[in-house]
Amino acid sequence: MKHLPVAGKFITVLFTAAFLVACSGSDTKKEDEAAAAAAAAAASASAAAARAAQEAADRQQSLDDAAAAVGNVFYFDFDSSNLRSDAVEALNAHIAALQGTDRSVRLEGHTDERGTREYNIALGERRANSVRDYMVANGIATHRIETVSYGEERPVAYGSGESNWSQNRRVELK
Amino acid sequence: MKWLPVLALKLALLMISLGARAELTIEITQGMDNPTAIAVVPFAWQGPGSAPTDIASVIDGDLNRSGQFLPVSRSDMLGLPSVQSEVYYRDWRAIDTEYLVIGRVSVAGQMRIEYELFDVLRQTKVHAGVVTGAVSEARMLAHQVSDAIYEKLTGIRGAFATRLLYVSVTRVPGGNDYFRLTLADSDGARPIVLLESREPVMAPTWSPDGRQIAYVSFESSRPAIYRQDLASGQREQLTNFKGLNSSPSWSPDGNTMAMVLSKDGSPDIYLMNLASKRLTRVTRHYAIDTEPAWMPDGKSLLFTSDRGGRPQIYRYNLASGSTERVTFEGTYNARARVAQDGRNVVMVHQQNGAFHIALLDLVSERLQVLTATDLDESPSIAPNGSMVLYATKYAEQGILAAVSVDGGVKFRLPAREGDVREPAWSPYMGR
Repeated sequence: MKHLPVAGKFITVLFTAAFLVACSGSDTKKEDEAAAAAAAAAASASAAAARAAQEAADRQQSLDDAAAAVGNVFYFDFDSSNLRSDAVEALNAHIAALQGTDRSVRLEGHTDERGTREYNIALGERRANSVRDYMVANGIATHRIETVSYGEERPVAYGSGESNWSQNRRVELK
Repeated sequence: MKWLPVLALKLALLMISLGARAELTIEITQGMDNPTAIAVVPFAWQGPGSAPTDIASVIDGDLNRSGQFLPVSRSDMLGLPSVQSEVYYRDWRAIDTEYLVIGRVSVAGQMRIEYELFDVLRQTKVHAGVVTGAVSEARMLAHQVSDAIYEKLTGIRGAFATRLLYVSVTRVPGGNDYFRLTLADSDGARPIVLLESREPVMAPTWSPDGRQIAYVSFESSRPAIYRQDLASGQREQLTNFKGLNSSPSWSPDGNTMAMVLSKDGSPDIYLMNLASKRLTRVTRHYAIDTEPAWMPDGKSLLFTSDRGGRPQIYRYNLASGSTERVTFEGTYNARARVAQDGRNVVMVHQQNGAFHIALLDLVSERLQVLTATDLDESPSIAPNGSMVLYATKYAEQGILAAVSVDGGVKFRLPAREGDVREPAWSPYMGR
């Protein structure tokens, strides 16, 4: 290239420059478009995800609200650990609320004051277990459920008579 | 599973901080038709100042509570003899006194009580004795005098120099009730709080030598069985199983604890070797098996089971492994406790919907309902087999009450404050 005429040099430079300009111009444009498209896609995806998350949260919230609305106390008949139909309905609301989460619960079994304290502790456990078994049968893993029986030691109503006793024969979900 | 010496300190603090809280009072509601009139003259105090404890009045209270004696009022006494030479039988015959007790109290380091018992009609001294001990144990010394007098006149060993465990509860509506495990003398005096908790405390029971106790506490938010040494305050957690940990009951030889665990499914009876902590399963049934109680010979256990549909008492023979039903009368029989004679069994028995205390004679198989109140529970029999202490409800308050094994004598021990429940009468205290 030592004896290359100036014009030739100039043309070469020009060409190279033109080529570079042309090349770089088209690449940048494509990348920008791709990036923009990706960003738009990501944005719409994250918006969708956020929408979905929000919807899921709303759904969970409405399940939690439904569970809260039915209360966390399930009542039992005298000397019985069979779930009553009102208890099953309430329990279903709690199960629905638990299914979308990994929350753990504690089931506390209680009895009224009639009968001996030790027999009642056993009866309270039977009640807590019968709630637990229903939850497990409906898809809540056993390890998420802790049961404890207080028997007649923790009344909510202190007096005697059925109006008090019926409030004390219960399982509390906590 | 380690001894917890920190509790000893806590215990000491509690003993200081607690005065007469949850102290029991006594109301005799039914005595025998013809109680024996006995005069316990105020004992002469031979020390400086005035006597620290009115020994005669403690003895008066004991004899009165037995229902078999009617103490003569001090205001009716025509003289206050303290030595035999001062005794004029005609003064006592004049006020229809059948027996007379006089005594003297002195302190030289230890307290010394000398006493004499006279038969007024026969005009003879029946018995004389001396008891000695720490001044701080003056009331317990008085109970020992009562024991000797009671035994001399009835032929049955007295059980006044014994103690009670019970659970007292202060209600906190809308919150957690306040639970206390309390130790008191057999007359309810000198209460000492052994454990205070916002979580339930249940099923207090005694070791056969009266030196240790066991109970269930929910202080860890789950039930666990603890044993505690009374002298040192040290305690040990015996169990921490999933599910029920309840109904501790010491074997008569003190080596084994029967208990109820539901770790393997439903509540069953287990035996724990207290030295090795090894467990042996006794019952294996899907029903509720609970409330184990040892027969005094240690060869069999009574327990409650609803395997027949309703709670009834069963008996498990440890050697043969066989189980037989014991109660057949009534739809609810539970929580048996056996007298030292191995013959009288007290239990909770339902009749016409109400829960009473009943006594079953294992030999004659006769069942006698002892109480007429409702919601009677937790019977505990005196070490001499004469009286049954139990819990009941009176005026919407949980109280302790007692009935003689023949049903003839009844008294109540309401607490000045709060509910009291689950009395456990100690064995004879070794001396």
